[in-house]
Amino acid sequence: MITELGHFALILAFLIAIVQAVVPLIGAHKHWYGWMAVAEPAAKMQFLFTGFSFAALTHAFVTSDFSLRLVWLNSHSAKPMIYKISGVWGNHEGSMLLWVLILTLFGACAAWFGGNLPPSLRARVLAVQSAVAVAFFAFIIFTSNPFLRLAVPPFDGQDLNPLLQDPGLAFHPPFLYLGYVGLSMAFSFAVAALLEGRVDAAWARWVRPWTLAAWIFLSIGIGLGSWWAYYELGWGGFWFWDPVENASFMPWLLAAALLHSAIVVEKRESLKSWTILLAILAFGFSLIGTFIVRSGLLTSVHAFANDPERGVFILMILAFFTGGALILFAFRASAMEAKGVFSVVSRESALVTNNVLLAVACFVVFVGTLWPMIAEMFWDRKLSVGAPFFNMAFTPFMVLLGIILPIGSTLAWKRGNLGRAAYQMRYAFLLALSLALLVWVMQTGRSLMGPVGLFLGAWIVFGAAVDLFSRTGRGAGRFARLWRLPRADWGKAVSHSGLGVTMFGIAGLMAWQVEDIRVAQIGVPFEVAGYELELQDVRQVTGPNYLSTMGSVALRADGREIAVLNPEKRNYPVAQMPTTEAAIDYRFLRDVYVVIGDKQDGGGWTLRTYIKPLANWIWAGVLLMALGGTLSLSDRRYRVAAGVRNTRRKPVAAE
Amino acid sequence: MRGLALAVMLVLATPLFAVQPDEVLSDPVLEQRARDLSKGLRCLVCQNESIDESNASLARDLRILVRDRLVAGDSDEEAIAFIVERYGEYVLLQPTVTGSNWLLWAAGPLMLLLAGGIGATYLRRRADTPEPVQQALTEQEKTRLAEVLDDPH
Repeated sequence: MITELGHFALILAFLIAIVQAVVPLIGAHKHWYGWMAVAEPAAKMQFLFTGFSFAALTHAFVTSDFSLRLVWLNSHSAKPMIYKISGVWGNHEGSMLLWVLILTLFGACAAWFGGNLPPSLRARVLAVQSAVAVAFFAFIIFTSNPFLRLAVPPFDGQDLNPLLQDPGLAFHPPFLYLGYVGLSMAFSFAVAALLEGRVDAAWARWVRPWTLAAWIFLSIGIGLGSWWAYYELGWGGFWFWDPVENASFMPWLLAAALLHSAIVVEKRESLKSWTILLAILAFGFSLIGTFIVRSGLLTSVHAFANDPERGVFILMILAFFTGGALILFAFRASAMEAKGVFSVVSRESALVTNNVLLAVACFVVFVGTLWPMIAEMFWDRKLSVGAPFFNMAFTPFMVLLGIILPIGSTLAWKRGNLGRAAYQMRYAFLLALSLALLVWVMQTGRSLMGPVGLFLGAWIVFGAAVDLFSRTGRGAGRFARLWRLPRADWGKAVSHSGLGVTMFGIAGLMAWQVEDIRVAQIGVPFEVAGYELELQDVRQVTGPNYLSTMGSVALRADGREIAVLNPEKRNYPVAQMPTTEAAIDYRFLRDVYVVIGDKQDGGGWTLRTYIKPLANWIWAGVLLMALGGTLSLSDRRYRVAAGVRNTRRKPVAAE
Repeated sequence: MRGLALAVMLVLATPLFAVQPDEVLSDPVLEQRARDLSKGLRCLVCQNESIDESNASLARDLRILVRDRLVAGDSDEEAIAFIVERYGEYVLLQPTVTGSNWLLWAAGPLMLLLAGGIGATYLRRRADTPEPVQQALTEQEKTRLAEVLDDPH
């Protein structure tokens, strides 16, 4: 019964979305306040109905209602409860429902928190947001309905893929979708501004919090996915340049560019067209990502089950919204007049450079991801574009960005002085350089990647610290003033430092990793990179829905035992799938990563040991970036709008 | 979902290891060359993995093939060419520069030049534009202002 109500609620939400997409737009065009006012209650109702629908689906999973086809395909009565819940979005239909739930959530938030927007802009934003919702509701209801029933309910389900029965992966989709779909708000704001025919500093101030929130969630989502791959996929890789990973990375790059571009629009009223374009493209790439994952066009480790009909539907949605927005952009571009004037060396131009680098990096990833398909279509060549290409093509952009970042972020607005900025950063530069040289001397005969990564990371972190400290003015009490600096300043420093930490972590891990493969006998210790490991015993263990062969490996350093690791090989009987669970000793400076293999004739077991230095710095850096974003978001200046209800001139608030 | 399950099973259904101890060559230099070459070769039955990482039996066969070629005295290029001859360029994770692939490799630098050019032009233009001068109110605007200020509503 509840499921039926959920299904009905979904259809109601669809109908409300149609109304909300049409009526406020007409109202905004004709200045009919009554029609414009339809947007807020419609947005809230849409969210409530979709929320109920999602709750109904969750209820079906939690109670293991196998008369629902989706529950039968993706769940099992013996599955632990948390995975019954996360199984709701561990499949195509359920995850689309989550997608649309978050879409309506953002719309409802715009209705709740958007009271300081001028009515016509708010009406248009909610209408565009709702138009996107209409398209996706239609997609769900007509091609991917989660509420389809089975005529004869079976006794038990087919179990969720064991790889997905994991806490990291349970939370990875919600965060990712919060990010992807959050970018739809930036898109709605951009299209609404184009429809209004006005892009100004106040608009930028309204867009920034939404984009920042989306970017924070996307960062966490990508970080979670990468961390999950690291501990789950058995050999400790954390990024594979898989099409689905790229599909999440491209919007992240563009959202970062958008964030920085919106700063210039807000402060200097320039870069308007670039910002609008970035807002459209960022969401466009979110849609492309959805398309890549669900259409079966590209082979990938984690694509959903493919269906050409669904693929075509998403492609049409993608073409309509991105294409339509770009056409609107082409027509209205002339209405966006840049007002600010700035010299070639200034913070504005540094931010333009930042935009160029991020956007071209995103383009390179895009071309690489699609190239196999293009090559096969046009030149009949079956080829692969794998990690070596992406590493070579993408890394230079990040290196350039890293070098420019500390200087660019301290340049003055309007008329900056490179010499002055460089002089200010001299100690940071020298310190970073000396650290890198020290490390280069200490590591004999290895590649340059480690020292270069250290230099970049240290340069960015020290540069951010110097920049922050320089804002405390002169004279006594500078340290006291440091704590009283606006949160946005701290957010900037922390986020940039996070980037530096991640860069160093990645470089260090790739440069200094040690691997050891051998047949280990029980009771015979062996040495890897200064650590002593001993396989103590191997036994069979039964879990809630799996059988496991668990090894017990003692890890010793300097003769003292520091950990006992339990690598496992699991078999899930219902899904008939084996998985490896690596055992990881997480430490600040390095991880020790142990994987157990098969029993060899002769009594031993294959054991693979990795020493992974700085592995946790990668995810710590991502967390720092998200923390910095949250600090910025909590800064009150963002949430107080500039120039509330004027319809003529909008004053830019004094900083 | 089914596709994903199948793909993962193909990857993991065999002994849960990439390079096995019995494949490791006794000559460390050759072994290192084999590992480096393997990292650039795609596992043909997996989804986006190199033969060095994959646990599929085909990956194991290819790893042994690479090692056999190196032990037989092939150089790196010859060993790769041997494998590409039999499996096609699909097996290379790093795409060649031949034929239409130059566009793939050039796309990044070309786009950088293009975007950089647009950016530079934009910056020049902004730098050369004179600052907008604040003008006094026109007569019309003055009367309108008076109306608004005096109007009690």
